[in-house]
Amino acid sequence: MIEHARLIAAKDLKIEWSSRVLTAQVIPFGVLVLVLFGFGIPPDRRVLASEGGASRSLLEQASPGLFWLAVLFSLLLALNRSFAVEAADGNLDALRLAGFDPAGVFLGKSGAIVCELLVLELVVGTGAFLLYGPPLHDALQLCAVVVTTTLAMSFAGTLYGALGAGLRLRDTLVPLLVLPVLAPVLLAATRATESALFGPSSEGWAWVGFLGAFALLYLGAGILSFGSLLEES
Amino acid sequence: MSKPVVRLRGVVSLIGRFPALAGADFAVSEGEVVLLQGPNGAGKSTLLRVCAGLASVHNGTGEVFGFDLTTRSGQREVRRRVGLLSHATALYDELTVEDNVRFWAAAANADVGAADAAMDRLGVGGRLRSIRVAGLSAGQRRRTSLAVLVARRPMLWLLDEPHAGLDAEGRDLIDELVHQAVGQGATAIVASHELDRVDSLATRTVHVVGGQAMEVRGPGQAGAG
Repeated sequence: MIEHARLIAAKDLKIEWSSRVLTAQVIPFGVLVLVLFGFGIPPDRRVLASEGGASRSLLEQASPGLFWLAVLFSLLLALNRSFAVEAADGNLDALRLAGFDPAGVFLGKSGAIVCELLVLELVVGTGAFLLYGPPLHDALQLCAVVVTTTLAMSFAGTLYGALGAGLRLRDTLVPLLVLPVLAPVLLAATRATESALFGPSSEGWAWVGFLGAFALLYLGAGILSFGSLLEES
Repeated sequence: MSKPVVRLRGVVSLIGRFPALAGADFAVSEGEVVLLQGPNGAGKSTLLRVCAGLASVHNGTGEVFGFDLTTRSGQREVRRRVGLLSHATALYDELTVEDNVRFWAAAANADVGAADAAMDRLGVGGRLRSIRVAGLSAGQRRRTSLAVLVARRPMLWLLDEPHAGLDAEGRDLIDELVHQAVGQGATAIVASHELDRVDSLATRTVHVVGGQAMEVRGPGQAGAG
């Protein structure tokens, strides 16, 4: 299973590196979303912070949610891309014929998406700090939020992405399936990031725990059900 | 007596609601090269996909290498042992010839040497190996697909119009590859309209009409009737 996962992940990353879709389309899209959000929220509007009474700009306060929304929209592009290459020219049949362990295919495809999202988050996150200027209260917690959210989004996204893999309606069906499922992840990631940026940290760790549990749930579901999904797609 | 490789009895296989195979009886023994002949839409490609464990058997019974085609576990076992060359090339456009052949070879536990030898044999080694598949001609893509098949060394070769899109040299090479594989113990089923070419290769011809394997004739008679 691990060897098959490694093969699939290496193949997907090689395709991304070769086609430059991540660097030429997905990352610019994420940055653009971030910039447009910035235009939509007045930078001089201030809100009262819950702790200490200090005020923050609305843009600062909203930055965690805007960042994760930008990542979520970019994830949809990455997912469509990941399964479009399999749907083309009989590749899904070839994957079935090659005798791949379905769990290995799931781990490999989600592993490649994790790598792509981490690169995206590094760029978009840097952009968010530069554009919105939020403080950083707990860097370790922020890293934990990024890792668990990325895993949760990738595992759930890969599972639902496979559902639409062989369908003509894939481009519209996958967002319809994925967005409602990832709504709790978006909420938890936003709250956890707020804690990591503005404090206090204690509440944030509970959200990190939720995100970790979500990721584990979809990891298990993917390993168990990906074979059936590949057969039906 | 040769061992049975494929045994289908009354097999019905549906594409949507359409019965692409409607009660097909079909048997192939080890070492045979069977030519599937028939008009477009007769069910030849579906018959090959059923034998590959890719298309479902909705009714009837089917076995390949003794594995039951009506069960998912049986289909998975069959898939590891067969190689299918279909109309689709099953290659990743963004990867090079070398990346594609090595990826599919590694998936089948074939070593790098086998992949390299297959590329050289099919004429897609040398400078072509580092070219992206998207930049290849149709014939070169076909040769790359064949290189994948050769590197995998399947026990059952399932070839759907294998000569399509190839030049004369490529067509001769396919015949040679099938001949060689069968000589090494493999079995082949070839669906083709190029009767003059495949007839000399086939040990037996099966006529597929209306989703049924209707007629069985001996070698050298494919063009008759």
